[in-house]
Amino acid sequence: MDRFVFLTVDGLSRGAVYSAFALALVLIWRAARVVNFAQGAMAVAAAYVAYTVSAATGSYWLGFVVAIVAGLLLGALVDRVVMRHVDHASPLNPVIVALGLVLLIQAVLGMVYGSEFRPAEAPFSRSALTVGGLAVLSPYDLFVFATIGVVVSGLAWMFARTPVGLRMRAAAFAPEVSRLLGVNVGGMLTLGWALASGVGALAAMLVLPTELGLHPHAMDLVFVSAFTAAVVGGLDSPPGAVVGGLVVGLVLSYVSGYAGSDLTPLAVLVLLLAVLLVRPGGLFAPVTARRV
Amino acid sequence: MSATRAALPPRQQFDEPGGRPVDRRRGSTLLRHLAVVLAAGLLLLALSYAVEPFRNFQLATVVAYFCATAGLTVLTGLNGQLSLGHGALMATGAYTVALCQTAFADRGMTGGWLLPLSLGAAVVSTVAVGAVVGVAAARLRGPYLAGVTLAVAVVVPALAVTFDGVFNGEQGLSVPVEPPPLSLGAYFPYERWQLWVTGAATLLALLLLANLIRSRYGRTFRAVRDDEVAARLAGIHVARTQVLAFVVSAATAGLGGALLAVLAQSVSPGAFSLTLSLFLLMAVVIGGLGRLTGALWGAVLLVALPDLTHSLTDMLTLSPAVAQRLEGNLPLAIFGLTLIVVMIAAPGGVQGLLSRLGRALLARRPTRRS
Repeated sequence: MDRFVFLTVDGLSRGAVYSAFALALVLIWRAARVVNFAQGAMAVAAAYVAYTVSAATGSYWLGFVVAIVAGLLLGALVDRVVMRHVDHASPLNPVIVALGLVLLIQAVLGMVYGSEFRPAEAPFSRSALTVGGLAVLSPYDLFVFATIGVVVSGLAWMFARTPVGLRMRAAAFAPEVSRLLGVNVGGMLTLGWALASGVGALAAMLVLPTELGLHPHAMDLVFVSAFTAAVVGGLDSPPGAVVGGLVVGLVLSYVSGYAGSDLTPLAVLVLLLAVLLVRPGGLFAPVTARRV
Repeated sequence: MSATRAALPPRQQFDEPGGRPVDRRRGSTLLRHLAVVLAAGLLLLALSYAVEPFRNFQLATVVAYFCATAGLTVLTGLNGQLSLGHGALMATGAYTVALCQTAFADRGMTGGWLLPLSLGAAVVSTVAVGAVVGVAAARLRGPYLAGVTLAVAVVVPALAVTFDGVFNGEQGLSVPVEPPPLSLGAYFPYERWQLWVTGAATLLALLLLANLIRSRYGRTFRAVRDDEVAARLAGIHVARTQVLAFVVSAATAGLGGALLAVLAQSVSPGAFSLTLSLFLLMAVVIGGLGRLTGALWGAVLLVALPDLTHSLTDMLTLSPAVAQRLEGNLPLAIFGLTLIVVMIAAPGGVQGLLSRLGRALLARRPTRRS
C-alpha cells in the first residue's frame, strides 16, 4: 500500500510535467498543424541557458525565469526564422525541418557544453514528507503541481477569456477570415510558438532534476512520453493533453515501480501504439467519420 | 515475390517525380538495371584495387549506408511514409547478424556460405519487425506516424540494455567474421574483401529495389503517396501497399545494418541511436527524396562529412578538449543546418538540383518542377 501511494504520487508528479510538455505540443499543433519534434531539444537549450545563469549568479530562481524567457524567445525565433519559410503543402516537410533543428540544437549544445551529464539542482527537497506514517509528497512535488497548475489555468484563462486568446483561436481555425477581420495572423502564430516553447522550457526545468541531469539528449525520452500523452488525449484537445500527461505519468510510474525501470521506454511504445491503433483520435476525440 | 512481376516490361513508365512519360523504347527494365548494376560492380571492383585499404573501408561503409538509405527513400519519397525508426531496424539486422555469427563461431562452423546465411537471417528478422511496425504505420498518417517511429527509434536501442542477457547491454556484441578465402591469396587486404562483400550484397538489394520501383508495385506506391482516395478508387489496396513498402524498406535497412555490423565487427546500442535514424532521413532528403541516386549522394555525405570535419578540426590546431567536442558535434550541426536549408530552399535535394541542371543544359524542354 505504501508503495502504491508513493508510486501514484510520483507518477502524478511526473505526469504533471508530461501534461505541460504535451500541452506545448498541442498548442503548436492547433495553431500551425505542426507537431514540433524539436520541442525537447529547444527545451533543453533553454535549460542550459538557465544552468549558465544559475552557475554565474548562484541564484536558482534567476535561472528559472531566464529559462522561460529563453524558451519564449527561442520559440519565436524558430517560427520567424525557420518554420515560416517551410512549404506546408506536404505534412512531411515541417516534421523533417523540426528534426533538422533537433540535430542542430543538440550539436550546438554539445559543442558549447560538452556531452557529459551536468547536475540539475532542485529548488526544494526531493525527500518525501510523511503524513501518518505514509511517505507521500515531497516539497518538490508540491512545487511541480503548483507551477503546472498555475500555467495550465493561466493558459486556459488566456484562451477563453482574453482578446489575445480569442485572436489566437480565430487565427488558428480560420486564418483567412481572421486576416480579413484585421487579426495579425502571423503574429498570433509567432505568439503561439513562443508560448509553447516557454511552457516546454518550464517543463524541462521541472523534469530535469528528477532525471539523470542536464545533457543534450536529456529530453529525448521525455519528448516521446509527452508525445504519447498528447496522442492519448488527442492532439487537438488541451484538456486531453493534461489528462493524457497524468495517465502516462501514472502508467510509467507503475511499470517502473512494479516491473523495473528498464521497461519504461517499452511501456511508452506499447501505450502509444495501443492508443493509436484503438482510438487514433485520442481518448477525448469526438466520434468522427474516418478520413480515407 | 515481386521479382517475376518486375521482370515483365511495364506497359508505360513514369519518370520520378512529376509523372513525365519517358521513352518506351528503352527495352527491358530488368536488362537495363542489370547492366547498370554490372557496371557499378565493375567500378567498385576497379576502385577496390585502385585505392588504399582505409579508403576501401570507407567505400564499404558508404555502400552499407546506401543499402539503408535506398530503402528509406523508397518508403518516404515514393510511398510518402516518414520513418524515423530506420536506425532501430538497422539495429535489428545488426544484432541478428551478430547473434548468428557468434552462434556459428561457437559451434566451430566455418565456410563461405555462413555469412550470406547470417545476412539472410538479418533480412528475415528485420522483415518480421518491419511488418509489425508497418501494419501499425499503415493506419497512421503524418505526425502520428513520425511519432510512433520516433518512439521505435528511441526504445529499441534501450531494449539492448533491458535484455542484457542476450544483447550484452551497452557493451554490445562482437561479430566474428571469417578472413577472406585463401584462394584469393594469403595477403589479400581485408578491407578489399569487406568492400566486395558489402558491394555484392548491396548491389543485389538495389537491383531488386530498382526493379520493384519500376514495376506495378512501384507505381502503386506512388499512387498511394499522391492521393489515397484516388488510389483506392483505382482498385489499389492502400493499407497493403503501405505495409509492403514498409517491409521492403525494412528489409534493406536490416541488410544495411547487418553490413555495417560486419564492417565494424561489433554492434552496440550506441551505434544505432536516434541520431542514426535522423542521419538516414537527412541523407535521403539532402540527396533528393524518392531517387535511388539521391540515396547514394546521401550515403556518401554520411561518410564524407565527418571525415571532412575531422580533417578541418585537425587543421585548426585546437586544444584537445575543444577538438573533441567539435569533432563529434560539428558534423551533426552541419547536417542539421543543411537539412533545414535544403528543405526550405531546394526540396529536390542534390539529385533534384543535378537533374534540373542537366535538363537546363540539354535544353530539351522547359524545366518542370514537381
